[in-house]
Amino acid sequence: MTKKQIELSAKDISAVEKPINRARLVKAPEHFISQDLIADINVNGLDESRRGFLRKGFLSAVGGAAAGLTAPMAFAAGEGDPAILEKQEWQTTLGKNVATMPYGVPSIYEANLIRRESPGLTRVAASSVAFTPLQGLFGTITPNGLHFERHHQGWYNLNPETHRLMINGMVKNARVFTMNDLMRLPSVSRTHFIECGANTGLEWGNVAVPTVQYTHGMLSCCEFTGVPLKVLLEECGADLKKGKFLLAEGGDGSGMTRTINLESCLEDTIVAWGMNGEMLRPENGFPLRLVVPGVQGVSWVKWLRRLEVGDMPWNSKDEAVHYIELMPDGMHRQYTSIQECKSVITTPSGGQQLLDKGFYNVSGMAWSGRGKIKRVDVSFDGGNNWRTARLETPILTKSITRFNINWVWDGSPAILQSRAIDDTGYIQPSIKALRNVRGTRSIYHNNAIQSWKLDSNGEVSNVQVG
Amino acid sequence: MFRLDKSMARLGLLTLALLITNVLCAQGTQSATKFPGLGRNATPAEVAAWDIDVRPDFKGLPKGSGSVEQGQTIWEAKCASCHGIFGESNEIFTPITGGTSKDDIKTGRVASLIDMKQPQRTTLMKVPTVSTLWDYIYRAMPWNAPRSLSPDDTYALVAFILSIGDVVPDNFVLSNTNIAEVQAKMPNRNGMTTKHGFWDVKGKPDLNGSACMVNCVPHVQIGSTLPDFARDAHGNIADQNRLYGPYRGADTTKPPIAKLPGASGEGLAHAKDTHSNTPKGAAALFRNENCSACHAPNAKLVGPSITDVAAKYKGQSGAQEKLMAKVKNGGSGVWGAIPMPPQAQLSDEDRSTLVRWMLTGQ
Repeated sequence: MTKKQIELSAKDISAVEKPINRARLVKAPEHFISQDLIADINVNGLDESRRGFLRKGFLSAVGGAAAGLTAPMAFAAGEGDPAILEKQEWQTTLGKNVATMPYGVPSIYEANLIRRESPGLTRVAASSVAFTPLQGLFGTITPNGLHFERHHQGWYNLNPETHRLMINGMVKNARVFTMNDLMRLPSVSRTHFIECGANTGLEWGNVAVPTVQYTHGMLSCCEFTGVPLKVLLEECGADLKKGKFLLAEGGDGSGMTRTINLESCLEDTIVAWGMNGEMLRPENGFPLRLVVPGVQGVSWVKWLRRLEVGDMPWNSKDEAVHYIELMPDGMHRQYTSIQECKSVITTPSGGQQLLDKGFYNVSGMAWSGRGKIKRVDVSFDGGNNWRTARLETPILTKSITRFNINWVWDGSPAILQSRAIDDTGYIQPSIKALRNVRGTRSIYHNNAIQSWKLDSNGEVSNVQVG
Repeated sequence: MFRLDKSMARLGLLTLALLITNVLCAQGTQSATKFPGLGRNATPAEVAAWDIDVRPDFKGLPKGSGSVEQGQTIWEAKCASCHGIFGESNEIFTPITGGTSKDDIKTGRVASLIDMKQPQRTTLMKVPTVSTLWDYIYRAMPWNAPRSLSPDDTYALVAFILSIGDVVPDNFVLSNTNIAEVQAKMPNRNGMTTKHGFWDVKGKPDLNGSACMVNCVPHVQIGSTLPDFARDAHGNIADQNRLYGPYRGADTTKPPIAKLPGASGEGLAHAKDTHSNTPKGAAALFRNENCSACHAPNAKLVGPSITDVAAKYKGQSGAQEKLMAKVKNGGSGVWGAIPMPPQAQLSDEDRSTLVRWMLTGQ
């Protein structure tokens, strides 16, 4: 098979199914001959009476088609909704066969909800970001095709048959595992969020981007399956008393390397191959990646090929030049790993257009790299007054929790905010409180309360309060 | 017959010996294992092939050396087209050099990080450890040909970069024996702190929010909004939301609408029949086949811009065929030293479409 045959493109899908156009095609008249008549003619041949049926069939078909074009609504306006009163195409014709889409894809009506880049953010598409469309997602799980992307030297389809994981450094035996080996080990499946440390990083100084896709879309949440890191390290006889640090290295061109804090992360880190029930997608590290719950995404090394136990941090490029945070005194904070408690309202959110006033189920996501979400409050007046939202279950540690709150919009301008509290008692801060401590140049770890302004025309926009 | 029996017996003994050896070996590697049959010990050569990381204490640094002068030669051939002749370029990646002073080399703190006089942070302003430069250049550079530099090349390139920042003199030869002395001169070597609560899950946060519920901010003030010019800087937001349901996208190609559209959306000017905006045609091909990794519409990236290519071949007969061959087989020298890799995976039809589109925009 060629690469093209393996990788089904969006173009192929649109060739299979096209959106319904309001100007419908006129059906060919033979579609109006009943199956019974066809069977009858097949068995008994064509005689005069059957010819008569055929002619009537043609006439009514032509007449019907013409009527359909000139007067699409056969019922008077007062009688009801044409969506109910008229027979729809999908009620009256045969649908598609099973396995028409051997690997299913979303409805054609969902085509707007795709990963997107933020124009001008980066200049090289192989080292860039594609953001998850949070504005259209429900619940807590990110569909695999919409998981955000961040690569440092482009992505590949690594051959799983030749992929190896090496474990070396302060271990009794440096070991090599194939995918065959790894996938026989005792595995766990756990749901965790992954957030890039630079998520919301564009907004430290001022409002910069229009929608939640670009403010918060370096965030995804999946059920990951793999072998616990601890099982692998113990299997290799790692010296976990002296070796408090782990280097994780990727198999891509950047040879991505990050230092992991074993004291903090040993218990829940996973060497994972599964993602929402299937293998990892190539953009997300197929066939193997590190899952470091609660820690920023850059440490979830993709295309994972090597783990090295050591007694000091490595100061790799992405922990000594990038992913460092400039403080007002000119010092950089280094090794800032944990993603602190954060939340955002996803509907309604920036760039959206409400149609009318009345009832809304305002909905969003909350997460914490230190544990479980305990409470989420929502304000509709820019943070002056707050109401506590409903948390949907299950509430998992270091995972996304969905919150909902009822709201009747009276049509007057409003500023919507959410603020999350985790089970350590930490409360999501305002952007002003963050700036007071860290200034505006730190890029990473902006977990500020997000404000969405709703105007009386129904348009929602990104604003900062205070 | 006898001979055969004897040789068979020998074979049997040999087999038995092999079996015993195998069993012993298996026991040798699996004595500590909880998972018999899974994984094996790495050979020293395998560890050496992959374990190339260099730590701040220079553990892992291979022996070798390279001069500033050698570094400059390699730099101009392999690095300058992306990073600029002096590592100062901001065209493709953020600048590597600039923003540091001789005083910084003495103090180990980069003053321009405090006074904010430098518009952008360069690598030399940030990087505290020379090992970081060595490790990254050796493991990941050049951009389109990682792992192609030798240890001596890498020493030379690090020496060249440091010479531009006046950390080492122009006649310097960097080696594994003097690199620790160079570390003591890194301009931002004292510019990092790990005193914060983000390294450990039990770390103490540097601030906390407020759980106030009522009358928390009596006078709410909006401090920042999206500038009008940025309204559609991310494309039309209407095309980035569902075209049905309660949460449509605003049509950002137009000013905000005057009043609420109404419950069925009849007031939305942008309600469209087509629901699919799947990218098609040459532009999508250009992107999907990764041409855009090296070529941009108007700016030089690793390779020339589309505009520059179109201008160079404008009006030339046979340009289409010539460029189609270049795309298929690769080429070098026309636009600089970095070669264009062959794109043999493209069908003739796709190559034709791509080249025509680059030359004519059609």
